[in-house]
Amino acid sequence: MNLTMKPWVWAWAAAALVFSATLMLTSGRGASELAYAALSFGAFAAIVGMGQMLVITLGPGNVDLSIPATMTLAGTLALKIMGSEPGTAWLGLIVALAVGLAVGCANFALIWLLRLPPIIATLAASLVYQSVAIWSNRGLRVKPPEGLADFATGRMLGVPNVAWVAFALAVAVWVMLERAVWGRYLLAAGQNLRAARLAGVPVQAVRAAAYIAVAVFAALAGFLLSSFSGGAALNMGAEYLLMSIAVVVIGGTSIAGGNSNVPGVIGASLFMFLVVSMLNSYGAGAGVKSVLTGAIIIAIVIAASTRKTRS
Amino acid sequence: MLAKYRIILPVVSLAVLLAATFYMQPRAMSYFGLNLLFNLAVPIALATIAQMMIIMVNDIDLSLGAFVSLAACITATYLNDTPMLGLLILLALVASYALMGAVIHRLDLPAIVVTLGMSFVWGGLALFILPTPGGSAPGWIRTLMTVKPPLVPMAVVAAVLIAFVTHMLVIRSRLGTVLRGVGGNARSITRAGWNVTALKAMAYGLAGLFGVLAGMALVGLTTSADANIALRYTLLSIAGVILGGGEFTGGKVSPVGAVIGALTLTLAASFLSFLRLSPDWQIGAQGAILILVLTARLLFSRKGAAE
Amino acid sequence: MTNTDGTAVVALSDAAKHFGPVKALDGVSLCVMSGECLALVGHNGAGKSTLVNLINGTFGPTSGTVDFPGGAHGVRSVFQELSLCPNLTVAENLAMAHPGLKGAGWRKPARAEIRSSLDTVFPDNGIDVDAEVDTLSIAERQMVEIAIGFAPRGGTARLVILDEPTSSLDEGIARQLLSHVRRFCEAGGAAIFISHMMGEVFEVSDRIAVLKDGKVVADRPTPEFTRQGLVDAMGHVATERAADQAARSAPGDVILTGEGLQARRGEVVGLSGLAGHGQAAALARLYLSLSSDWRGGKGTKAVFVAGDRPRDGVLPLWSILRNISVSVLGQGLVDRAKERALAEDWKARIGIRTDDLTNPILSLSGGNQQKVLFARALASDAPVVVMDDPMRGVDVGTKQDVYAMIRAEAAKGRTFLWYSTETEEVCQCDRVFVFRNGEISAELTGDEITEERILEASFEMQEAS
Repeated sequence: MNLTMKPWVWAWAAAALVFSATLMLTSGRGASELAYAALSFGAFAAIVGMGQMLVITLGPGNVDLSIPATMTLAGTLALKIMGSEPGTAWLGLIVALAVGLAVGCANFALIWLLRLPPIIATLAASLVYQSVAIWSNRGLRVKPPEGLADFATGRMLGVPNVAWVAFALAVAVWVMLERAVWGRYLLAAGQNLRAARLAGVPVQAVRAAAYIAVAVFAALAGFLLSSFSGGAALNMGAEYLLMSIAVVVIGGTSIAGGNSNVPGVIGASLFMFLVVSMLNSYGAGAGVKSVLTGAIIIAIVIAASTRKTRS
Repeated sequence: MLAKYRIILPVVSLAVLLAATFYMQPRAMSYFGLNLLFNLAVPIALATIAQMMIIMVNDIDLSLGAFVSLAACITATYLNDTPMLGLLILLALVASYALMGAVIHRLDLPAIVVTLGMSFVWGGLALFILPTPGGSAPGWIRTLMTVKPPLVPMAVVAAVLIAFVTHMLVIRSRLGTVLRGVGGNARSITRAGWNVTALKAMAYGLAGLFGVLAGMALVGLTTSADANIALRYTLLSIAGVILGGGEFTGGKVSPVGAVIGALTLTLAASFLSFLRLSPDWQIGAQGAILILVLTARLLFSRKGAAE
Repeated sequence: MTNTDGTAVVALSDAAKHFGPVKALDGVSLCVMSGECLALVGHNGAGKSTLVNLINGTFGPTSGTVDFPGGAHGVRSVFQELSLCPNLTVAENLAMAHPGLKGAGWRKPARAEIRSSLDTVFPDNGIDVDAEVDTLSIAERQMVEIAIGFAPRGGTARLVILDEPTSSLDEGIARQLLSHVRRFCEAGGAAIFISHMMGEVFEVSDRIAVLKDGKVVADRPTPEFTRQGLVDAMGHVATERAADQAARSAPGDVILTGEGLQARRGEVVGLSGLAGHGQAAALARLYLSLSSDWRGGKGTKAVFVAGDRPRDGVLPLWSILRNISVSVLGQGLVDRAKERALAEDWKARIGIRTDDLTNPILSLSGGNQQKVLFARALASDAPVVVMDDPMRGVDVGTKQDVYAMIRAEAAKGRTFLWYSTETEEVCQCDRVFVFRNGEISAELTGDEITEERILEASFEMQEAS
């Protein structure tokens, strides 16, 4: 297949374009700061975006709206249990991942046992998670252990550590999707659930795994983000709900299901952050930034749909 | 489930919650008590009706909260300062909603993603108009929202009025019936010679109209606006439609149920504060109530299917 | 309207409709006079639905003409698949199809009109016109649909096309419909009546047109037909026995029972009867009960070969390779070399016409897509193969290859459950279950399996008393 046909190429090209446009404005100054910020913030968006991608791949109607609440809950509980004590980083990580696992199981139980539409199930459940987070937090801002905070904000070989984490996760997700049987099953179920079931694909197991994966990813992102920013805040996940869906769509994953795109999600995450920074450098107000972001999302959806009808 | 019975569960939910509230706080059983309980219900009910128009044609609107915020910002600024211009802008917003519906149907786009993108646009425009909270409500809206009719408080009167008007529009009128038909079986509507693109534009246009009304009503209550004033309405409105007996697909919606659903959501917040439940748990309890009601409905419909 | 025999309501002249290379209708000349009821009979795929769609204007003919000498208004279709809005009431459904109802008081005339139409066609029906359609039984929905078809709706029904209108009606209700059709035609209306119920066809029609392979093979007044003659006209006159009787394997132990079916090891079990009489649903339920929602991979008891490819079989975004291998992936990582070798092997064995297995599945013709689905199933080691009318759109040569392959696999001990709409295929099975109205109406084995016996069991032969 021609390289220009790969949807992820467009996300990366757009990211590179925006990066150079921003640098042109500042005449090249601040390139490394911009790259550091883009890679760090892009990493959080990429982690939740990959989780959302797995769920969206399941086909129309599948989406996880509990991502922000899960991020907040995982970050809050992990930091509370670590209590800023040194050497508790792994304990905190395990707590966060366990929160993700529990949330994922609960979400899927609502979807499967109560047959609620995923939108309403994850929405209603997220209110409960949010409450648990508020209750456990009590408005206190617990600082992450020093070593963990250093790790989250540090860099290796010039690249932020959180970006390495996102990268490792991306490789793992890519292998699962492209090389493992489970990925084949997920993609088959997303194309046509009935046909997949009739071909012997264990569709309920696949759906359960996808909903658990998105919650675990969100929990990890919440853990890292709260370590990165010096503590968990109750609204820290808020912007990641729309962001997670946006990067999936811009990255070339089909909202109709059955088609995942890991490199695209990463490229789109960088792109989304860089657009915001570029507009910042150009001195655009928050309103203009938001309008342009929305316009870009819609333009991409329309372009994708016309390409589909032409082929 | 029969339409006649679809309304029972929302009514029962509201009645149970109301009884529990009165039991907890007998003083609420008065003109002022009711007014306090349902004060914020009017804009939520209007937003729920807007969401219902979209769900009626098998789509979902994730931009409604941002849209109501924008309408509120325009009401508190342009409509207050230069009424004619403000009115024109609000009409343009309704028209753009209709256009969005037509485009979604024509190009066969996923409504969830398009409305998601539009939520950034509406939110951005709102920030552009009101970067910081401010503006003020036009006097006539303020008067309308705070008027004290005899016997029953304004919020209750308004809720009944909204339910009646939308019931006539969606359930009784021929147009509303065709629109519900689009949700039920679009092919059959096409076969009968209707233009489904125009019908979808109509449904979205109605949603835009009720979204604008929700923004105006909200400003009438709060007297000023900000760009994030109604962001939670997206989720509240979806929950209200479902609580009111509506279904995500198949054109099965109930305007009276939607208004009751909105009242239930508003009351649930008040009830939970009367319960002396720690404020931490109030949001979670709302989620739990939502899950409970939906579970109850599932049991009902299973039983109905078994008969 | 007066009885004006001799005026054509619709006239088709040499009308043909092709879908790609498939000639669904291959030059049909036919006309329906006012005051006449024409019965249209024929096997599945004979072109009945295509003919109906040409007349009601769903699509135009590829060549030839469809003329309405008195104008195309008043042509009504009652579809076999239900086309009502399930969330609206009976009266509201009528109003949707009635352009004249406007203004505030639309509901009352709509109610009155559907009420009177229902009562005219089905006296004492007891249907509540304010009930939502999805609260009605299937039979009641069909009655509503028929009543809407006959209702005036601001004009007059001149030609009503009834496609299997009695398929879900009980006998008494069906008789009411038949006598209404008679009255309707006597008053000058025209009707096209499609049914597999021989008794009804003879009772209601003035004339019978028999369709076969997209052509009208007989078109005569009803009294000139006998029941047997009609079945003969529809059937395949000279059927070649593709498989040798002697090749039939000796049946082993019973390894599968369910849905009223029974299958033995190494046996090819046929499911027959007219399309849509519950065979496909029974097969799907049987397959689902043999496989799991939660566990995949090795050790599956059954595999499924879909006939409705877009709905049940093809995974449209994938390559041919991935479509073949999806049922035999095993666990963990995919062994891509092994996957490739397996697919190449099946490509050669079953003759999938492509130069590259990584081409998208949708680049293949329908017949080749079907071969991919066969390869997917046969590549597994499951002891039971469930096939849901898998030969649709497959050319004759391939069919022979697949028949041979099925025989060879059965000889090795595999069991096949094979639903087919082509009687010729079913005749090759070791045991045949004939379905009618969702139930098994006959079980045939060995020499009992003949086209005649199957047709007899598929059609309602007894007199409508």
